[in-house]
Amino acid sequence: MDYLWAFLVGGTICLIGQLLIDLTKLSPARILVSFVVAGVFLSAIGWYGALVEFAGAGATVPLTGFGYLLAEGVKKAVQTDGLIGALTGGFTAASCGLATVMILGLLVSLLFKRGDRVS
Amino acid sequence: MGKFIQGGTVQMFNAPSVKSYAAAVGKKEGEGPLADCFDYIGEDVTLGTDSWEKAENMLQKYAFSIALQKGSLAQTDIAMIFAGDLLNQCTASGYAVRDFDIPFVGLYGACSTMAESLALASVFIENGLGGNIAALTSSHFCAAERQFRFPLNYGGQRTPTSQWTATAAGCAVVSSREMPPYINAVTFGKIKDYGITDVNNMGAAMSGAAYDTISTHLSNTSKSIDDFDYIVTGDLGLVGSELLYDLFDKDRVNIQKKHKDCGLMLYDLKGQDIHAGGSGCGCAASVLCGYFLQEIAQGKIKNILFTATGALMSPTMIQQGESIPGIAHAIHISSE
Amino acid sequence: MQITKKDYAELTKKRSPNTKLPKTLTKAFLIGGAICVIGQGFLNLYTRLGFDKIDAGALTSVSLMFIAAVLTGFRIYDKIARHAGAGSIVPITGFANSVVSPALEFKTEGYILGVGAKMFVIAGPVILYGITASVIYGVILYVFGR
Repeated sequence: MDYLWAFLVGGTICLIGQLLIDLTKLSPARILVSFVVAGVFLSAIGWYGALVEFAGAGATVPLTGFGYLLAEGVKKAVQTDGLIGALTGGFTAASCGLATVMILGLLVSLLFKRGDRVS
Repeated sequence: MGKFIQGGTVQMFNAPSVKSYAAAVGKKEGEGPLADCFDYIGEDVTLGTDSWEKAENMLQKYAFSIALQKGSLAQTDIAMIFAGDLLNQCTASGYAVRDFDIPFVGLYGACSTMAESLALASVFIENGLGGNIAALTSSHFCAAERQFRFPLNYGGQRTPTSQWTATAAGCAVVSSREMPPYINAVTFGKIKDYGITDVNNMGAAMSGAAYDTISTHLSNTSKSIDDFDYIVTGDLGLVGSELLYDLFDKDRVNIQKKHKDCGLMLYDLKGQDIHAGGSGCGCAASVLCGYFLQEIAQGKIKNILFTATGALMSPTMIQQGESIPGIAHAIHISSE
Repeated sequence: MQITKKDYAELTKKRSPNTKLPKTLTKAFLIGGAICVIGQGFLNLYTRLGFDKIDAGALTSVSLMFIAAVLTGFRIYDKIARHAGAGSIVPITGFANSVVSPALEFKTEGYILGVGAKMFVIAGPVILYGITASVIYGVILYVFGR
């Protein structure tokens, strides 16, 4: 059952992204920014947390889930560290993902040949 | 001599010859419908170099050297090179030509550069400056993509109106009247900007300029569409071509029956997943130097109005919210 | 004949084909959904291996990004993305692709100014505004949360 909900919710979030690309001619970069900010906002008002409970990876894997991660991190950090937590929480929560993606970027650039594009 | 320039048009009284010409293309272009017309087809897009930019240098070198060979010319026979490309600071041309020891004039006309360079070369020769002048132009899909859009392996989706920058180069050597093809007249176009801001719809951004230059040329030279076998545009693609028909429709001129677009000829649009057609300086250059000039030299085609179009924008100006200025230059190339 | 920008814009609109929405939306939904299902698979796997919720989530992201990075290196990710559109841009795999692809592309300009400086050319704004939003949220929590 959790797979079905992950599929439906995750698919729907991507579908919203596609609608934005096709109808508004927004560049992917703008859409990604709005998804992350929307994720933070929806988590702040408590909606995204509920969606994560319900859809699991369907809600955490799309980029809105990155916003959720940031918001949750900040919430926890503010609770434990006070105002300084507002500054540390986001990066602390995102640190694993960001470090991973940097290392991957570096490794791929070292190990792979630059590619052509067929279409 | 009675030479003058009026409304951008220069009528040639001595009609210079395109003495020699060559086209060098990449792999994908070499798999397209015009494959047999090209003098050099690369095995891949790198052409044995380690960067796209260097590959584009190679394309220009090949096009130039093959054009010299075909015309039995030595480098010392070339008085000047007019060359251009899409890269920042015109580097595809500058670096391609640096080994040649030939006076070099770098041009930027975006995708109109083939017409721009050929027209300038023709005007020089027409005015009795003598010798041979090479017009050389190239573009490279990967080099253009990373400069104007995204890294090659970024998972962006191309829109239906987007066009494919050709990996190709063309070279035409102009000399005084000798044998066909002849350059009968040229018109340097004005910049036309109808407020198009979608960088994925270049055809639309350039169509207005093509319309303006073609109509200006026809009226300045007192010719009509019917005097030509083909009105050839550079890279309007599907969208730009239809827009061109609409614009001429308003003048009650049916240009569609005479129209050919290099961007629609270079690829098999469906089979090669090209979306709205080819584009880039190399597109018009390779189709002109690979196909049309050959056909005209053999007398199979008598008269064409070659009108290469360019979108004179940069990512910087687009990000500043500016629209895309279009340009087109027209050349009447004839077999008589 | 004179033509106004307005007329021109109308003609352009008429002549420019739109994306085939049913097709692009379906593909984005299916492929995006499928990536999330793979994510769910990893999440369940790591949970079963005894990781807590946060670590399992983090490992899931790492696994998905690793796959996306390798697919980018082998030039497969952009081929999938051609069909998937937002379906492969929006998931975290798309985030990985947006970092790895410029890193790979700009290695010709060296590892400092090429790979290093260009790596976040697409993802940079996402991080900037994501963090900004989270800081604002944190300040609001601090001010009103007590």
